[in-house]
Amino acid sequence: MQLLEQLAAALREGEDERTAELTRAAVAAGIAPRDILDSGLVAGMNVVGSQFRDGDIFLPEVLLAARAMYAGLAILKPLLVKDNIPSLGRVVIGTVQGDLHDIGKNLVGIMLRGAGFDVIDLGNDVAPERFVDTALKENCGAIGLSALLTTTMPGMKRVVELLQQRNARQQVKVVIGGAPVTPEYCREIGADGYAFDAAAAVDKVRELLSK
Amino acid sequence: MKPLAARISAGETLLADGALGSLLMERGLAPGAPPETFCLERPEVLADIVRQYNAAGAEVFQANTFGASSLKLARHNLADRAGEIYCRAIEIVREAVGSDGYVWASVGPTGRLLRPYGDTESTEVYSSFLEQARALVSAGPDIIAVETMTDLAEACLAVKAVREASRDIFLVATMTFESRKRGFFTVMGNTVGQCARELLEAGADLVGTNCGNGIEKMVAIAGELRAATDRPLVIRPNAGLPELRAGRTVYPETPDFMAARLPDLLDLGLAIIGGCCGTTPAHTRAFRTALDRHDRA
Repeated sequence: MQLLEQLAAALREGEDERTAELTRAAVAAGIAPRDILDSGLVAGMNVVGSQFRDGDIFLPEVLLAARAMYAGLAILKPLLVKDNIPSLGRVVIGTVQGDLHDIGKNLVGIMLRGAGFDVIDLGNDVAPERFVDTALKENCGAIGLSALLTTTMPGMKRVVELLQQRNARQQVKVVIGGAPVTPEYCREIGADGYAFDAAAAVDKVRELLSK
Repeated sequence: MKPLAARISAGETLLADGALGSLLMERGLAPGAPPETFCLERPEVLADIVRQYNAAGAEVFQANTFGASSLKLARHNLADRAGEIYCRAIEIVREAVGSDGYVWASVGPTGRLLRPYGDTESTEVYSSFLEQARALVSAGPDIIAVETMTDLAEACLAVKAVREASRDIFLVATMTFESRKRGFFTVMGNTVGQCARELLEAGADLVGTNCGNGIEKMVAIAGELRAATDRPLVIRPNAGLPELRAGRTVYPETPDFMAARLPDLLDLGLAIIGGCCGTTPAHTRAFRTALDRHDRA
């Protein structure tokens, strides 16, 4: 298990090459890919998330850790598929129309993938129709919406309304987040969940999709 | 009109205008659309805003060039019109205020993340800033303001680019800070003192802060800046942080609330006080009154 602790530490330090190396070593040592993911990569990323929330580290450290996470995931993904580990579900994410911010949304994508979800990332400045069309066509259980501006937040409301119009409000859950977004706003527009940060977004999606 | 630098060295505090972007949104700028198109398509709206701030007592006016780097304009297929946008933006302000005010041309962030955290080379960002700075300098503003920067490395590139374009242009650089558990930092983790020192070293005449905070936190940040430099500061608070109430963006700090706390800022020694997001000509008017009263005291 020492190997997985080293892996988590390499990810926390944002060392992508070392993270890839240790992921390969863990695979070679016969550790199950799911354990490498959960006790190595995700464990490391969870620490990064809480240190960021506490103000002990800043965006650069988080971005480097995210890149290390990708390096490890790239090695594990084919093995997880081969082991036939079922996906926890499919989630479409993106930043709402008019909003060009994507750092927070990218972190949510990484954390969701790490947690075992299939993620379709539509990028930033995404029209409400595209979220809903994609969710229905790709059979997604949830839509994750990010906004960094109060002026673009109404795009979240439009996604919820559009799902209602298409009679898909029950089958597709909506989770929202971003600096100006609040739990009150979530209630006001009738979304299913508010997430304060990327880790909370994963918890919320997991909770909603296991219902 | 006396040169701006002379008034600042004589210890005067100049009043700059307030928000532009949030007022443009009220006048029909769509979220995500480039505000710079107003220079080309609706100059009368920009002129009207400048006249309102002038009537409220401001004497430094921003030209609408915040997002006009070629890197950022490229997103909207406007990169080849950058030079035209700068000239128009500055002309619009000059025409609206005549000899009543100074024009400051804004240089905002490129919206890219520098390597190793993002995928953009610093040379690419530098040449975008240099091109912007050369065009701005030739359009003839009184001040260039590198502003709303959240990455000190990017801000220093902008400052150096402006300095390469002109050794003489009056150059201010202001960062946006966040309040964290252990104090104020940029998103990238730069401290207030580190920002002040490095921006001055890069060639800024004055440093300060704008955006991201209401007036009370700005007083605290200005205190940290004061500890890092002897030069007078440039401070532009938001009218608080925006909230969405019943579908409308609302900035909570009223003109009276902000003006009541202005003396705390002025006591720290300011060269320029103005407003950022959510402030309006009403805030500028309240600032004018508070500033005049402070000057007399």
